[in-house]
Amino acid sequence: MTSTLAIEASGLVKSFGATRAVDGVDLNVARGTVYGVLGPNGAGKTTTIRMLATLLRPDAGSARVLGRDIVTQADEVRGLVSLTGQLASVDDDLTGRENLILLGRLLGYRGKQARGRADDLLYAFALDDAADRLVKSYSGGMRRRLDIAASIVVTPELMFLDEPTTGLDPRSRNQVWDIVRALVAEGTTVLLCTQYLDEADQLAERIAVIDRGTVIAEGTPGRLKASVGQGALHVRLLDPQQRDEAARVLSRVLEAETQLQADVAALSVPVSDTGRASEAVAELAGAGVALAGFSLAQPSLDEVFLALTGHPAEEEDDQ
Amino acid sequence: MALARTERPRRPGPLSTAMTFGWRGMLKIKHVPEQLIDVTITPVLFLLMFTYLFGGALAGSTSEYLQYLLPGILVQSVLFTCVYSGVALNTDVTKGVVDRFRSLPIWRPAPLVGAVLGDSLRYALAATVVVVLGLVMGYGPDGGAGGVLAAMVLVVVFAFGLSWVFTTLGLLLRSPSAMMNAGFMSLFPLIFLSNVFVDPSTLPGWLEAFVDVNPISHLVTVTRGLMGGDATPGDILLVLAEAAALTVVFAPLTVRLYRGRG
Repeated sequence: MTSTLAIEASGLVKSFGATRAVDGVDLNVARGTVYGVLGPNGAGKTTTIRMLATLLRPDAGSARVLGRDIVTQADEVRGLVSLTGQLASVDDDLTGRENLILLGRLLGYRGKQARGRADDLLYAFALDDAADRLVKSYSGGMRRRLDIAASIVVTPELMFLDEPTTGLDPRSRNQVWDIVRALVAEGTTVLLCTQYLDEADQLAERIAVIDRGTVIAEGTPGRLKASVGQGALHVRLLDPQQRDEAARVLSRVLEAETQLQADVAALSVPVSDTGRASEAVAELAGAGVALAGFSLAQPSLDEVFLALTGHPAEEEDDQ
Repeated sequence: MALARTERPRRPGPLSTAMTFGWRGMLKIKHVPEQLIDVTITPVLFLLMFTYLFGGALAGSTSEYLQYLLPGILVQSVLFTCVYSGVALNTDVTKGVVDRFRSLPIWRPAPLVGAVLGDSLRYALAATVVVVLGLVMGYGPDGGAGGVLAAMVLVVVFAFGLSWVFTTLGLLLRSPSAMMNAGFMSLFPLIFLSNVFVDPSTLPGWLEAFVDVNPISHLVTVTRGLMGGDATPGDILLVLAEAAALTVVFAPLTVRLYRGRG
């Protein structure tokens, strides 16, 4: 099995009752990389991951994970991968240390080895101070770190990470990102599901955008964003009276239609070339328009979706 | 960060994996003793209330009634504890812990078998509480210490069988509290409509007929027999057969639901 691909999936289908949650997903993920699967709630990300991690049997299609078939060689696949699910799947009624020892023992470490490995991981994930507290007293970020630690008690060749930072504060989010980078540096392949474009952008080398159970776009983050434009320039004025004047200037310089926001002092313009944005701001000053603030934002998942599918991401929200 | 540890230890066998899950169950008893107290308190209250409040009226004297009631309360307390096997499994499912276990390269039924084994310790603890309280209240077992011990073992064996019913329910119901309600709602009538509290021969015929086929009555009869020193082998075999039947039907059902989940 010398395939350079960690995941090769073709035509995966899974239905729940009348709902086709996954409707023909193809994925090719190279070894040693982070691959992002981007999509809104209910797009089929989790179902796809659960099939690849052998928790669900596909209705149609096939996939090989690290060269093993996910249906006929499911047990071998389980020996090589780990899953960090959307719910931090750690045991609330045990301490952090006990959670890790439990996993260590289940994977075959004997008493002392299991304990030692748990200690190492608790230290590496900055959980050593909280090691002997029950997990139910942990913060969201601590739970998530413990969850990831539990997934690498034996370092997997491939790790499935399902929305690892949903609900975390920015600091915890950065910690999780650092952990993911460290794992990849040590050779693990990561399949990362996320709703956040910037998360995929930060971590992933390639991204598949998934909507209504199918992959609707695939490529590097750069290409993907280029297909949507570079984002938008948001401007707030000191004096709302000047909004029409500001809109004229912005539209002229950036050659795009300016959108007036609900806030009477705010406007935004799509920007395809970031260099032009500073030019536009300078022109505003030149025209005597006083600014309260401005910012250049990346396209959001919503904008990516709107550009790729013509419908906003929220529409798909189900469950 | 030196995180990587890629060399894989040898896979543990099914038994050792199940034992590890049993260890997890024991840790939970240690960390969440409230759960054990919750299920023990009801039978303890029943024991005190029925003995001192109704005992005189039902059996002529409280001490007489205690002799009759205690084995029944022993059964009640252990069977209540069974409900928690289902609640614990349901909690694992709703919290996502099951997904982690299912994605591990381990003997698949190990989490279930281990949990039920760990729960057996819980059953033994619940049984001990009732027996000790009974002895303090003046219960005298004619079957001696050996009889009491045999009765406790038999009740735990039956509970092992019954707990598979609750693990099945635990995988079918949506939340731990729904599981708890379903468990107690089904156990309460079965326990009242048995010979735990009163001699069935005092009941109307149709009710007596039901009480006589209720497996809980069979279990109580044997428990009473073992503790009182007059159990018959036939009754013991009947209870063991019922426990085996519950296991044969519901253990595979639980395992199947567990595998096919999601």
